[in-house]
Amino acid sequence: MNKINSIRKDWSLIETLIAEDRKILDIGCGDGGLMEQLENNRNAITHGIELNRDLAANAIARGFNVVHGNAELDLSQYSNNSFDYVILSQTLQAMMKPKDILSELLRIGSKAIVSFPNFGHWKIRLQLLISGKMPVTESLPYTWYDTPNIHFFTIKDFLNLCNEMNIVIEKSIGLTSKGKQFDISESVTGINFFTHEAIFLLSYKNYEPIKIKSSKKVFAKNSVIAN
Amino acid sequence: MKTRFTTDTKLESEIAYFENINLKIESGDIIDSFKLAFKTYGKLNADKTNAILVCHALTGDQYVAGNNPITGREGWWSRMVGPNKPIDTNKFFVICSNVLGGCAGSTGPKELQNGSNVAYGGNFPSITIKDMVKAQSLLIESLNIEKLFSVIGGSMGAMQALQWAIDFPDKILNIIHIAGALKHSAQNIAFHEVGRQAIMSDPIWKNGKYFENNEVPERGLSVARMIAHITYLSENAMHRKFGRKLQSRDIISFGFDADFQVESYLRYQGKSFVERFDANSYLYLTRAMDYFDHDETFRKNIEFSHNPNNHLKYLIVSFTSDWLFPTIESKMIVNQLNSLSREVSFLEIDTDKGHDSFLLEEPQLDDVIKGFLTNNFAKIDE
Repeated sequence: MNKINSIRKDWSLIETLIAEDRKILDIGCGDGGLMEQLENNRNAITHGIELNRDLAANAIARGFNVVHGNAELDLSQYSNNSFDYVILSQTLQAMMKPKDILSELLRIGSKAIVSFPNFGHWKIRLQLLISGKMPVTESLPYTWYDTPNIHFFTIKDFLNLCNEMNIVIEKSIGLTSKGKQFDISESVTGINFFTHEAIFLLSYKNYEPIKIKSSKKVFAKNSVIAN
Repeated sequence: MKTRFTTDTKLESEIAYFENINLKIESGDIIDSFKLAFKTYGKLNADKTNAILVCHALTGDQYVAGNNPITGREGWWSRMVGPNKPIDTNKFFVICSNVLGGCAGSTGPKELQNGSNVAYGGNFPSITIKDMVKAQSLLIESLNIEKLFSVIGGSMGAMQALQWAIDFPDKILNIIHIAGALKHSAQNIAFHEVGRQAIMSDPIWKNGKYFENNEVPERGLSVARMIAHITYLSENAMHRKFGRKLQSRDIISFGFDADFQVESYLRYQGKSFVERFDANSYLYLTRAMDYFDHDETFRKNIEFSHNPNNHLKYLIVSFTSDWLFPTIESKMIVNQLNSLSREVSFLEIDTDKGHDSFLLEEPQLDDVIKGFLTNNFAKIDE
């Protein structure tokens, strides 16, 4: 099959985080662009949720398994560990309860991929510092009174939340506003200043799943992590 | 099983006869022989992979597209089924049969009881959606089709599509389920009951034996249709179409004539229905819908991995203004399928046309049906 070149920079980075032949849930899947890319390039089995009716209809008409619905209400219907990866791209800041969503992602999926615009970027800090008004940038292009983005947070905030929730950051990729790519390391100070957009591969702590083999089925259960 | 096929020229329909088949139905009764009237459109391909079964709704029939000789009008879904239509008969072989218990040529209350000169009438056994689907599966088998590519239906047709997914998952690849539910709700049973009471309290009904005097319980049946028709629309659609406009007059009559356009419209709907539908059939089919209930059992039916249904794809569609089969009912199916991580797509279409939307001009419905069929067919065709 022909490899598809990604339309969005973050999609090609997300692709690099995903192994072959996996089952994926894309939350806010739009018309299925990322799903198509992952089916073609990674031989993935994909499912999607999309809030926007027209985008969901397009995705379904293009042959993807897409449910028209609201992630904040509908994620509970999925079973534990029913996907290898759950992707939430550029949406966490628009969620009513980001923390709940984050724990839902890792309940449904073995791993979660989360990308978001960094509110700690120097341009944003500078705008607020100098103009004293809520920043409006390329990645956050809305005015304060008319924005879907209701929870602004920085990389540092996100790392703290992951720590609090015992979430392991397996990989992290930062992008500068010029599209330069780098690893987000432990030292956050400079990173939090220069990262325009961040992509994280998350999971709970690594451990061996308990497997019980019977003649018909393999039972696997991921136990809860005690801190 | 040996099935005899004939063509009924008056009905412009194929008839399949299943003789001495002793079909055991859900009620426990046995129908020794029965016939199904059906139409096909398009051509079956060499590999027999392109067959689609379309299931009709309560008052539908096998005439999906083309001319309907009973009404003299176009088939009930001719805007959806045909060459280059969303269900493209250049590509797919479309089959539609009149349901068991119907009145357009299949065995039902108005047909003669086997080996006698008397029609079944009220002696027809109580049938269910499951029985209809069982009969359809025998038809598909006798057409030598091992696997249907898709089963598609709206309303009572959606119930049949879901029943196919439950009873014969190994014989289908996907279903398109429009404006349906896991169960017939209390409100829907209530409306059906009013309709049935209207028929049964018509003195001409005579315990279902009206045909003996060549009579039809017209009043009862038309009232039943009028009630049902209201439930197929929505308040907004009715207001848009009729408002409080008067019919052929400038001032109200201070009497009980059809002053308002909406009254005149309903009377017309009732009257024209009587000409094409059998009152007993209406009783039996509404009852079959009432008995439909997979609320508790659906998940159990499909959850075990040894069931041959893991491959099934589901497209579930609902309409915002449908208060007969509201979106919440479709979402219950979607929830259960998602909890089992099955391949399901769901769309709620924004329209004010009510339950009947699936029969009407809804471009988004056309798009998703066409896309879903085309893309999934391309996958098996690879």
